[in-house]
Amino acid sequence: MSLRDLRGRTAIVGVGTAGCGEAHGMSDLEILSQAAKAAVEDAGLAMKDMDGLCTANLNSAMWPLNVVECLGIRPKFVDGTNIGGAAFVAHQLPAMLALNAGLCDAVLVCYGSTQRTATFGRKERTAARNILDPNPFEGPYQPFNPPSSYALIAARHMYQYGTTRRHLAEVAVAARKWAQLNPEAFSRDPLDIDTVLKARMISDPFSAYDCCLVTDGAAAYVMTRADRAKDLKKKPVLILSNATAAWHRSVSGMRDLTVTPSKESGERAFAAAGLGPKDIDVVQIYDAFSINTILALEDLGFCGKGEGGPFVENGAIAPGGKLPVNTNGGGLSCVHPNMYGAFATIEAVRQLRGECGERQVKGAKTAVVNGNGGTAASSQSTSVLATAGAL
Amino acid sequence: MQTNEQGGAEARYQAALNEGRFSIQRCNDCHKHVFYPRVVCPHCGGASLAWVEPKGTGTVYSTTTVRRKPEAGGDYDVSLIDLDEGVRMMSRVEGVPPAEVKIGMRVRAKVVDNKGAGLVVFAAEEAK
Repeated sequence: MSLRDLRGRTAIVGVGTAGCGEAHGMSDLEILSQAAKAAVEDAGLAMKDMDGLCTANLNSAMWPLNVVECLGIRPKFVDGTNIGGAAFVAHQLPAMLALNAGLCDAVLVCYGSTQRTATFGRKERTAARNILDPNPFEGPYQPFNPPSSYALIAARHMYQYGTTRRHLAEVAVAARKWAQLNPEAFSRDPLDIDTVLKARMISDPFSAYDCCLVTDGAAAYVMTRADRAKDLKKKPVLILSNATAAWHRSVSGMRDLTVTPSKESGERAFAAAGLGPKDIDVVQIYDAFSINTILALEDLGFCGKGEGGPFVENGAIAPGGKLPVNTNGGGLSCVHPNMYGAFATIEAVRQLRGECGERQVKGAKTAVVNGNGGTAASSQSTSVLATAGAL
Repeated sequence: MQTNEQGGAEARYQAALNEGRFSIQRCNDCHKHVFYPRVVCPHCGGASLAWVEPKGTGTVYSTTTVRRKPEAGGDYDVSLIDLDEGVRMMSRVEGVPPAEVKIGMRVRAKVVDNKGAGLVVFAAEEAK
């Protein structure tokens, strides 16, 4: 079996989010449960129908066990792979294989984090991880990660290709303009390029607005075989392909800071889908930092290497621009609870269903989702999605 | 492969640094240099990695100034350095303000004491 054989044979049939922004007093598992329930109901299924599970969490090494116990499910297929925030896109390929091999009938992909409001939040987790999972060859230099690693990537891109802080700011402003059309987005105040440029610096060349939000949030979606999807509640969104590339852990292990694993995952995903960037109506890129959007547009082939800065100029990826990118507001302005991959996937599904209200991309039939994981564009996973009518 | 009482590659690297010596590895099979230290060559899969002393010179591949409040110590540099042997490492460039560390700058390694442990940092060649 090749990746191409799986084209269009699996569908996303239910999506749900919960606790986005601030979920005071709630736990990771509680908002995950709410999102899972919403996704299952959106599909017209019941929790007991979930006989496959993909999930991961930054605080818990055996997180799938927490989830099966809490939801009361007994999955026949479990994938707890954690390659960072790309995981919830990368979970698709193993799930596609399991579903089409007949090992299970419905896979629940789910995530939840209350990093913003939890007592044991981001700061405490970082300190604990430095003990449990140290990086002895970077730690002593105190990079403020993840911002510093992506800042090193951005600085090199600027040096090699003439990319500017203004180009980076265009990405942040475009994300904000989409967020202003999305009632569920966390940051919706007006934002302009000068404000981004003059904001408090974090790790050069990034100001605070070049960095993703720190929010709570949970997301879940349900996958089934395409033949079964036809009989469910909502219009299915077909997965034409999914491919993942994992290249390194740390920024010092990244060979060329201007080329990300999306170059590989994108090529494989587009080849299996039988589509190219020109065929794509809407793009969801995991924008942990403003540079991520520029790199992904280049590495997925929406523009040439080094042309990402000029590509995003003059509102080109904002509402009304030439390419709709991160239509929910992305990790920069909508939601970012540590790991964002499932949220990017869900926004693509909502666009292809036509459920996006004011921010709806009219007639969207195809979408690409590009997950990003790790502290240095370490792993990335690309999916090509389409409506049934687009095939 | 080093699995004896002298410790693994990481332990031996740090032990040398603690005595003020900066060492990297070179694969006896494919002859490429390796950093960080490990027990299997990431280039060819070989398990015979020898310790060599690098020239100590290199070039800044990328750099960022991490912003920190003055009362916490102020801004500091984090850079990626390409050693002339062809390996890359994270470090910092000392002796010039963080904002003056530039990509392409030639730098030289030195071993300093970091809370009782040896640590490789770099100084700008021009600033010697």
